[in-house]
Amino acid sequence: MKDKVAAIIKAYGNDSSQLVSILQDIQTEYNYLPRAALDKLSRKLDIPQSHVYSMATFFRAFSLKERGKHICNVCQGTACHVRGADLILESLERQLGVQRGQTTPDHKFTLETVNCMGCCATGPVVKIDDEFFGHMTNDKVEPMLSKFKE
Amino acid sequence: MCMAGKLKTAKALAALQKRLAEEMDTGKCRISLCNGTACRPYGSNPVAEAFKAEIEKRNLADKVEFKITGCHGFCERGPIAIVDPGNVFYQRIQVSDVPEILDNSIQSKAPIERLLFKQDTGAKSVARQNDIPFYTDQRRIVLGNNTRIDPTSIEDYIAIGGYTALSRALFELQPDAIIQMVKDSGLRGRGGGGFSTGTKWETCRKAHGDIKYVIVNADEGDPGAYANEGLLTGNPHSVLEGLVIGAFAIGSHQGYVYVRNEYPLALKNITLAIEQAENLGLIGKNILGSGFDFSVRVNRGGGAFVCGESTALMASLEGKTGEPRAKYIHTVERGLWDRPSCLNNVETWANIPLIINNGAGWFSKIGASGNSGTKIFSLTGKVNNTGLVEVPMGIKLRDIIFDIGGGIRGGKKFKAVQTGGPSGGCLPEKLLDSPVDFDSLLKAGSMMGSGGMIVMDEDNCMVDTARYFLTFLEEESCGKCVPCREGVKRMRQILTDITEGKGQLSDLVLLTELSAHLKDSALCALGSSAPNPVLTTIQYFKDEYEAHIKDKKCPAGICKALIKFTIIDEKCPGCGRCVKTCPTQAITFMGKQKPVVLDQSKCIKCRTCYDICKMGAVSIE
Repeated sequence: MKDKVAAIIKAYGNDSSQLVSILQDIQTEYNYLPRAALDKLSRKLDIPQSHVYSMATFFRAFSLKERGKHICNVCQGTACHVRGADLILESLERQLGVQRGQTTPDHKFTLETVNCMGCCATGPVVKIDDEFFGHMTNDKVEPMLSKFKE
Repeated sequence: MCMAGKLKTAKALAALQKRLAEEMDTGKCRISLCNGTACRPYGSNPVAEAFKAEIEKRNLADKVEFKITGCHGFCERGPIAIVDPGNVFYQRIQVSDVPEILDNSIQSKAPIERLLFKQDTGAKSVARQNDIPFYTDQRRIVLGNNTRIDPTSIEDYIAIGGYTALSRALFELQPDAIIQMVKDSGLRGRGGGGFSTGTKWETCRKAHGDIKYVIVNADEGDPGAYANEGLLTGNPHSVLEGLVIGAFAIGSHQGYVYVRNEYPLALKNITLAIEQAENLGLIGKNILGSGFDFSVRVNRGGGAFVCGESTALMASLEGKTGEPRAKYIHTVERGLWDRPSCLNNVETWANIPLIINNGAGWFSKIGASGNSGTKIFSLTGKVNNTGLVEVPMGIKLRDIIFDIGGGIRGGKKFKAVQTGGPSGGCLPEKLLDSPVDFDSLLKAGSMMGSGGMIVMDEDNCMVDTARYFLTFLEEESCGKCVPCREGVKRMRQILTDITEGKGQLSDLVLLTELSAHLKDSALCALGSSAPNPVLTTIQYFKDEYEAHIKDKKCPAGICKALIKFTIIDEKCPGCGRCVKTCPTQAITFMGKQKPVVLDQSKCIKCRTCYDICKMGAVSIE
């Protein structure tokens, strides 16, 4: 882990003003922000741990908890909301058995929400990993999830 | 196309431009497929792959030029392609349509009827893009080039005249003259505030300090707005060219592009564009031999809405949490690292090359008095034709929603249009004839914002909409100032109570009072404009609030605590579809041709049965 974190920091020229981008890359690597990685980051950039944690908790994109294999992101933007995005979220919560922000016990899915993904015309939108699902309805939720269940 | 090394003079750029323009004019038929973010959920990626494979398989490269472009705007009908010559507009393309499109295009046959646009099933089809009502009323000076270029190719951008404005700015104009041009054009900031861009540049140029910064605000956090995304993804060089011109005018040598991390494609394309411009010497040391140095860095956001606010964005650029500060001293005087900083929205920067190329007079004639130019809106929600639209300012809301947007889906009744994101307001039918410009929208209680335009119909509840925005703002409030941290929360709690049937008439007075305090005392625009969704809905849709409070009813049938789903026995054919889909087994099958029975105690009001029933046998009370 040490080497990977060091390589990410080095790619940004050990520049602490790039902290958000560095945290993004660490999260991409590990799927969340592991404690050990943040320790390393704090020492390497010579910034207090409290500052690293204040950044990691301020921005909603970051997770300090281990996330599931697939990240299921439900858009809650206005365009999606007026077309019933909250009902899609509730349907996903029921079917996955977890609330937003939580990970299923088998670590397959983490259910997250996002405020807009920039494809509002196709709302309500759900994104699982890198795949977009537009014009969602409640009855499309199960077939969508089953694609990722194997 | 092979590229020369760095361009060292304006002449070298002009020569390259001439050569690329000639190479682009191949005489081959050209198919431009939209592969913007909104077309991807429709499967534009597999369609693009199918085109490439088919062209290679049939060895058609010398007959067809296939281009993958950014957003064409008409997202509702994706995936979209335009075939030239002929300006033929194909929509909802599937992988299986690809061979036929290729055959037709090469042999210049009549367009394929089933892939042409029709507003309704019975309507006449329209073959040419320029004849489709969605496009005819637009004025696409900023977005229009999206259909002509591959956003990942700087050659394409140069071939259509890109970076000419930069060359002109560097060699024919002095910084003061550029600023004067931008002032004369009347360009106002497209991020929402609508401040004069030229004046902002002038103040920044005059501010004390050797080191100054220019910043592209691409942290388009307004939910329901993706105009910046479409522009940055589809034509990143236009934004970059504007930025370099601005830097030269202001006297800055370092620029930043702050992009939302939720826009991966925009991030990728702008990062690539910077690299390409550096390789050609259009960014870097001694640009085109002018002696002007400029470099740019891309920073990613972390999903915080408040970072769209200039001081919060700058804090985030410094590697701090994105909390705004009071603006006693403006950021053009002391911004990033306490140095003069000029921050403009993506769309503002993209307008700059147009002004330099065509002149301030040309620009100021577009749009309305005091509101020159065009504005890109993301037209979404309950309209027929959703997508990105670029219109001259001063156009009526009605023209956007009913002419360009094609009216309301499913023959429903228009209720409201929401502009300006969470800081904006909901405008009713009686204001549909008011012009869309910075000042008129403000007067109506809303604002331009970054260009979200969300249309709502009779099935949307306005109290729920206000509660939605306040929930959003409560989550996104950074918590630094008390009025926003506590005030927004209280307002959201009161609104939630009303949607749950626990409201009182005095709540409306309380909401109005809280709004006034918040407007006066919040630290930044997130808090001070947070009351807008509440105030406009109370002002224009008071009857809905009263129905929730007095009658304990939600007229639109949205607020769960106030509605009940029932089966209309006469309409129910007993097909059992709802029985199978009901997640809580609340509906019981009673035998064929007998109406199903809904158990209210088990119903969670998830609406699945209502949506799935084709007979309209489920009603909401």
